[in-house]
Amino acid sequence: MTDATLTAKPALSPQQIRRIAWIAGPVLLVIVLTLLTRSGAIGPSDWTYKILVDPFVTMWSLPDLLIQTLWEGFVAGVLYALIALGFVLIFKASGVFNFAQGIMVVFAALSLIGFYEILVGRLGIPAGYAAAMVALIGALGIMLLLAVAVERIVLRPLVNQPDIIMLMATVGLSFFLTGFGELAFGGNPKVMITSALGLPTGSSSIDVPGGRINVQHLDVAAAVIATILIVSLGIFFQKTRIGRALRAVADSHKAALSVGISLNQIWIIVWFTAGIVALVTGIMWGARSEVSFALEVIALKALPVLVLGGFTSIPGAIVGGLIIGIGEKLGEFYWGPLMGGGIETWLAYIIALVFLLFRPQGLFGEKIIERI
Amino acid sequence: MRAPSPTDIAAGEVILAVENVSLAFGGVKALTDVSFDIKKGEVRAIIGPNGAGKTSMLNCINGFYHPTEGRITFRGKTRPKMRPYEAAAGGIARTFQNVALFKGMSTLDNIMAGRTLKMNKGFFWQVLRHGPAMAEEIEHRHFVEEIIDFLEIQHIRKVPVGKLPYGLQKRVELGRALAMQPEVLLLDEPMAGMNLEEKEDMCRFILDVSNQYGTTIALIEHDMGVVMDLSDRVVVLEYGRKIADGTPDEVKRDQAVIDAYLGVPH
Amino acid sequence: MFYRDAGQYKTSYAADMAIFPLRQDRVGIAVILLIAYLGVPLLAGDFAISTVMLPLMALVPAVIGLNILTGYTGLISLGSAGFMGVGAYACYKLTTLFPEVNILVWILCSGFFSAAIGVVFGLPSLRIKGLYLAVATLAAQFFLQWCFVRIPWLYNYNASGAIEVPLRTLFGIPITGPTAEVEVKYLVALTFVVILAWFASNLVHGRIGRSWMAVRDMDIAAELMGIRLLPTKLLAFAVSSFYCGVSGALFVFIYLGGAEAGTEFSIRLSFLILFAVIIGGLGSIIGSFFGAAFIVGLPTVLKFGLPTIGIPITGAVAEKVVLMIIGALTIFLLIVEPHGLARLWQIAKQKLRVWPYPY
Repeated sequence: MTDATLTAKPALSPQQIRRIAWIAGPVLLVIVLTLLTRSGAIGPSDWTYKILVDPFVTMWSLPDLLIQTLWEGFVAGVLYALIALGFVLIFKASGVFNFAQGIMVVFAALSLIGFYEILVGRLGIPAGYAAAMVALIGALGIMLLLAVAVERIVLRPLVNQPDIIMLMATVGLSFFLTGFGELAFGGNPKVMITSALGLPTGSSSIDVPGGRINVQHLDVAAAVIATILIVSLGIFFQKTRIGRALRAVADSHKAALSVGISLNQIWIIVWFTAGIVALVTGIMWGARSEVSFALEVIALKALPVLVLGGFTSIPGAIVGGLIIGIGEKLGEFYWGPLMGGGIETWLAYIIALVFLLFRPQGLFGEKIIERI
Repeated sequence: MRAPSPTDIAAGEVILAVENVSLAFGGVKALTDVSFDIKKGEVRAIIGPNGAGKTSMLNCINGFYHPTEGRITFRGKTRPKMRPYEAAAGGIARTFQNVALFKGMSTLDNIMAGRTLKMNKGFFWQVLRHGPAMAEEIEHRHFVEEIIDFLEIQHIRKVPVGKLPYGLQKRVELGRALAMQPEVLLLDEPMAGMNLEEKEDMCRFILDVSNQYGTTIALIEHDMGVVMDLSDRVVVLEYGRKIADGTPDEVKRDQAVIDAYLGVPH
Repeated sequence: MFYRDAGQYKTSYAADMAIFPLRQDRVGIAVILLIAYLGVPLLAGDFAISTVMLPLMALVPAVIGLNILTGYTGLISLGSAGFMGVGAYACYKLTTLFPEVNILVWILCSGFFSAAIGVVFGLPSLRIKGLYLAVATLAAQFFLQWCFVRIPWLYNYNASGAIEVPLRTLFGIPITGPTAEVEVKYLVALTFVVILAWFASNLVHGRIGRSWMAVRDMDIAAELMGIRLLPTKLLAFAVSSFYCGVSGALFVFIYLGGAEAGTEFSIRLSFLILFAVIIGGLGSIIGSFFGAAFIVGLPTVLKFGLPTIGIPITGAVAEKVVLMIIGALTIFLLIVEPHGLARLWQIAKQKLRVWPYPY
């Protein structure tokens, strides 16, 4: 190679070229597809039409259906975000990915219902708001007990172990709680005490362009409650002394210990907070459908949410939840019939996977620069 | 013991050339316009205060980082982006500042891992193990045992490296790099954290490697005594720039180097 | 006193690198094989074989497979059950399409189908690491499970979605299907397990195993030594999925005799196999046997052992108690010995070496 080859710097950097391609690409695709359809080159029976054109045409021509689907997706997304939040809390503060979060949701909901039944059925207290509140306190008590027990039996002996060990310990915990829950509460699905808790029921019809949509009042309440919870937790983490201690523990157990932060206390606080989140999640999910151990599998859906939103970011959990929730509903409704239906079981994971291929650290994760 | 590998570079000629290399991570400029060369068979020291970009320089040579500007020529070939695998296959081996051994394996396995590039019995033979794959294992085991003898680590052959003291781990890492029969050996602070006796041992090993096998060595080191005694030529970096380049005596007397180490404000 | 290496000098590298360097170990293995091949079929009852040994033999390859992927290469996978299903359904389609070919051939071939799908879902591992990769394997698990239900071709358009294992013979002796004898099925599965375990052991002790462990321990250093990451990881996925596929075929054809629509190879099974790997010991072939024995043996022991000592326990309750015990034991084992039963076994052998002295 000779010396000093003068190369003129290209007018655009590689990053700029990539960005332009990302925008121009889809635009060009839309133009090409429109032309092809208009000219009749591809028609309703071609698979290109079915996958790339027809769903969007349906979306456009039936806007009320679209808005309904978007709303359902939004609500589902908010609830996913709630579940993800439980994971984020524990991961943020103790560096542990708590596989048992899903079963904690079920467990919390079942405890609530169980307490209520005892109060109303056995102790003869009149059904209603008061009994529900007492039951709520009881359920919170159980979650606190659980937090203390987990800290004592699982976390304390395993402090400083590598991550995979902690992960497997939480998987073991989830198995244990599943068996225990089924034993204590029975395996049959239960009905959530929605009205007793004061949550609204019924639905309204709202007029939108193109028709009308049906909005469940419960869904609105769920969205509002979830938002309040998420926002308050976010503030708690950022602004309070305990929040700072939680973040310290997440970074390094040893360092946190050496500045005098009591790991045990922190862990109890965190797991209890996650327990509260689990209870709220259980109430919301349970009110929309029923409370059964199938909810545990729904909790696995939180993993794509976390992957998108980052394992330690609270706003990320929201964004991730919404993307997965809306994406899933849109996919199932408009593209699902093409594949025979039921694609909700795996669509979320594929969406997350596709995102990961372009950004391996997720949307909100920090770019991993490895130092050696 | 080691057959001289065919190479088109004669001793004393430039085997690795770094030309106008710059490296930036976002806003952080790790290296700015650094140029130097390494001659075949010599011991080249890269020194400088902390944060000068020495490890980043080695990472660029290895192909682990890609320079944002400039180029690196190795054995006459200039590669715009060298992948780590290509660097290894081309004959560059290295050790790391923070020992990067495979903690789950024994010393022997770690050094045998260094022979991976030279082992080529395919999957089918590996599944059977007895036969050609075993013969290959034994052949390379011979070679590895010579390295183990050379580095005097026979007594820790089967010990999982995670259990070894730091000094021995560094020695095992050197052994693993040597197992690759490299043309160029990059050593990143090989004597960090060692006491005097261990340092003397390591110096002896490095000199033996250079004299016996003719391996070209690029060495990052903080101990000035070691640098002055071991190296043929020295390049000095500060804040990502080259501030001196020459024999140890020349560099020792260079005012810019003295200023850099004494911390004269500028 | 008995278990010592005194007097056994290795005079060649080959002897030093043997997988069972101690004579006592070699004798031990021979004895175990003898018991497995002769003792069990002759002495154990049909019931014991069909409820314990058959599922054990069917699951061991899957545990070995996942151990290769997670234990040796460090890639967390939650999709083992899905890959088992691929093997099972591949075998079913192959044998119903070409019934004249021996079923043993098809069981082996079904592994290759699994391996191919495993490689596809392993491609993301180039850019994605750790827990994030678990998402990719979850995608595989749920997608494959969906396929087993929604692709009727796989179960030959059977109305119920279930598949039933047809009668297949070897040298005239039925080995699958309702008329096959339990002992015959056991011996067939045992042979598969022995051969597959031998292959796996060979692999992990050689160059490929070292590459896998290098990728697990420090992939940057591995790459800088010339170990190419993507081919190594993909090979791990391929071999692991192959083992899971054969395991799935054995599971359906030898043990179950059929499969319900889409429920057999669920995420629960994936977790159970992961448990077996962790409890048995990450990165250990013999640990895979221990772990599989644990997850197969424990439910049986509880279901039938507890009533015999006077604790009345119905099947349904037993299942839940089993879950609790598996969970609790996992936590206990992780606290006591994070490296699993295999490490406990090693420690036991060490103690045996110096017996009757304490140390």
